[in-house]
Amino acid sequence: MNKKEPLLYISKRESITWQKSWMIRGIAILLALVFCGIITMLLTGLNPIEVFSTIFYGAFGTMRKSWVTAQKLAILLGISLAITPAFKMRFWNIGAEGQVLIGCLACAACMITLGGKVPSALLVLISLAASLAAGALWGFLPAIFKAHWETNETLFTLMMNYIAMQLAAYFIIVWEVPKGSGNIGIINQNSQAGWLPVLGGQQYLLTILLIAVLTGFMYVYLTYSKHGYEISVVGESHRTASYAGIKVGRVIVRTMVLSGAICGLVGFLLVSGNDHTLTTTLVDGRGFTAVMVSWLAKFNPIGMIFTSLLLVVLERGATEISSVFSLNHSFADILTGIILFFIIGSDFFTNYQVHFRKAKKEVE
Amino acid sequence: MEVVKNAVRMENITKRFGTKVVANNAVNLELHEGEILSLLGENGSGKTTLMNMLSGIYHPDEGQIYIHDKPVVIASPKDAFDNGIGMIHQHFKLVDVFTATENIVLGLPGKLDLKKSAQKIREICEKYGFDIDPDQKIYNMSVSQKQTVEIVKVLYRGADILILDEPTAVLTPQETDKLFQIMRNMQKDGKSLIIITHKLHEVLEVSDRVAILRKGEYVGDVATKDADQQSLTDMMVGRRVSLNINRPNPVDPKPRLVIEHLTAYDELGVKRLDDVSFTANSGEVLGIAGVAGSGQRELLEAVAGLYPVKEGKILFYDPDYDGTDKLPKNLVGMDPMAIRKAGVAMSFVPEDRLGMGLVGTMGMTGNMLLRSWRKTKGLFVSRKEPEAMAKRIWEELEVVTPSTNFPVRRMSGGNVQKVLVGREIAQEPAVLMTAYAVRGLDINTSYTIYNLLTEQKLKGRAVIYVGEDLDVLLELCDRIVVLCGGQVSGVVDARTTDKREVGRLMTLHKGGAENE
Repeated sequence: MNKKEPLLYISKRESITWQKSWMIRGIAILLALVFCGIITMLLTGLNPIEVFSTIFYGAFGTMRKSWVTAQKLAILLGISLAITPAFKMRFWNIGAEGQVLIGCLACAACMITLGGKVPSALLVLISLAASLAAGALWGFLPAIFKAHWETNETLFTLMMNYIAMQLAAYFIIVWEVPKGSGNIGIINQNSQAGWLPVLGGQQYLLTILLIAVLTGFMYVYLTYSKHGYEISVVGESHRTASYAGIKVGRVIVRTMVLSGAICGLVGFLLVSGNDHTLTTTLVDGRGFTAVMVSWLAKFNPIGMIFTSLLLVVLERGATEISSVFSLNHSFADILTGIILFFIIGSDFFTNYQVHFRKAKKEVE
Repeated sequence: MEVVKNAVRMENITKRFGTKVVANNAVNLELHEGEILSLLGENGSGKTTLMNMLSGIYHPDEGQIYIHDKPVVIASPKDAFDNGIGMIHQHFKLVDVFTATENIVLGLPGKLDLKKSAQKIREICEKYGFDIDPDQKIYNMSVSQKQTVEIVKVLYRGADILILDEPTAVLTPQETDKLFQIMRNMQKDGKSLIIITHKLHEVLEVSDRVAILRKGEYVGDVATKDADQQSLTDMMVGRRVSLNINRPNPVDPKPRLVIEHLTAYDELGVKRLDDVSFTANSGEVLGIAGVAGSGQRELLEAVAGLYPVKEGKILFYDPDYDGTDKLPKNLVGMDPMAIRKAGVAMSFVPEDRLGMGLVGTMGMTGNMLLRSWRKTKGLFVSRKEPEAMAKRIWEELEVVTPSTNFPVRRMSGGNVQKVLVGREIAQEPAVLMTAYAVRGLDINTSYTIYNLLTEQKLKGRAVIYVGEDLDVLLELCDRIVVLCGGQVSGVVDARTTDKREVGRLMTLHKGGAENE
């Protein structure tokens, strides 16, 4: 009848120092790497150290690789920064994919239709404005419906993705070069009209700098500005916000317009600064990955630098090991999955404490 | 002396949270078989924690629990049930879209036979005098009925030791009487009961014995027949506390807020306020009494600009109004921001503290900011002044919190309310409205709040106090407006009226017919 005392029990932590919480995360990543190593050996028979170093080589092995990694980091971080204000407001914007793509489309449209007709510098500005406006519109629509009719923003933003994708697909056919190829190819390849200027001989430098500025801006905006405060209150409770005299609907719309516009900016950077073309897969799922980046960093823009770096390095390394060891690309996904599992799991230990029950009552 | 058998004996129970907080320190508690025991203590004295260890939600760090004199280990709610312990929590744990029966049998092993279960539930209801329909869905039920379902749930599982955590906090006086009758029926049937409540008159009315906790330690117990409100309060607080509310005469009362023919509907088109008219004077505490849901919430929210008004006027007279050229301001149609911009200093302590008055995840400073963030110029918020205000309230009202940035959500109820009331008073309002300002608070904190409100009155402010405890309304207020079904059924002088008169008005519908 009498049961044994449970061996361990769990209690919520009152507080935790930031050193301790980062230590827990560090341990989690170390454990994840060990676990990944074991899995690698068991499944492939390869030396895990070799696999890891190849991943690292894939991301930072050469100057060129490092620049590409930095560019990919900037784009992912940019999208994450864009959705963060919305998420802080508990507005589940999972439409970043579409908001970025519509920005890409607007940029490409300007470059194709106005290329050669206006000076290139002006064209860059026009494309930028168009991208911002298109992204903002894609953010505005779900927000206005949410503010006035309480529609579900998750479904709304999700469906807007498909509209953006279909529009892009349509215009790719309209503008395809050569006819029947289904591709646009490089836009204004000879004139380079509307291309973002290259800074210091490095194609990606301007993009990276812009995103760095954006990171600082977003941190200050969310932490110290009145808008940031309003966003936090609305995210906590709409009733508290109204009580404090905050116009909830207006904050929702304003924040989503900002969120969408930043997505549009990233779209502009992708087309004008990097790819110089338009495809339906240009955003490549990063609108969704950004959700993870933002959550993992607990909506802290500075923390997001690290979480997006982690995901980008893994992604870049994955491509590398799939070619070097002729492993399937999915194998890298397994490793990514394991690492994320450990990191997210470590959250439990930052929030809770596990106590072991001493064998006899020699406690105290 | 007759031999008493113990249903529950807790021996040297200690429970810590983290390294700093000791919720229970070497507590010894006995529950005799077939008795009703009141567990009394201030907010944060560890009552709920202690009971949660009996019901398997927490596990004690040290100590031993005996059930019917046998040592047991309660590691989970299931273990608690196996030992015949059932707890009725303050916040109900029911599935809204299920019926009463479905909720009651949820999680039980064995074959699902809803018809048979419903029959058994009806038998239990008949035996103890419950009044619920086993086939009714939870979302159609009143708060009192939901609580009944919770009680039946534990009885259905064969519990003979019942713990009720502040069961009366959500009930009207009539429903409370009914609950006490049921508790006595259960006692007659041989069940042992523990009730946690802050209301001393309830303790004296229903229990056989009172056990008292103070700051996590067991102070002692006393037979109810040997106790009175004063002695219990003194034991609970640890020093002599005055239980009289000081009520000075109104200070130069002049109309401050005049409500005229106010009518409002909710989003479903149900009339919530029906032709409500009254005047709140400066330098006076105006009480608002009524059965829960008689329009109190709608009335205060309408005045605060948070509830749509269909007809009528809310007239605000400036404190420096000289009665000549200026007209009073009509607040109808203004939102909170517009009201503030119009120069109307109004403070509001809403019923839903964390869902409306405060931001739970922010600390005291962030919550002070809720009132002042718009006052500073520029794009950025300034935290200096709110921080100073938070520190002032922290000291003056003796708020228990580790820092001004500690999330208020994680403070105890009394401290949360101190933060809210402190902030609203610090706005130096011309009108201060409070809804159920002492609900769920212990007696010491309650008296702090009463004194704060009286202080405001002496400063010439118009205080509106929506309350549920008639004794307090009669002692604290100068005049009382009684609401019934969204109408004003009477305005009485609190000094000359009595409980019976107010109680009668609370159920008096206009048009003469008295509600039974």
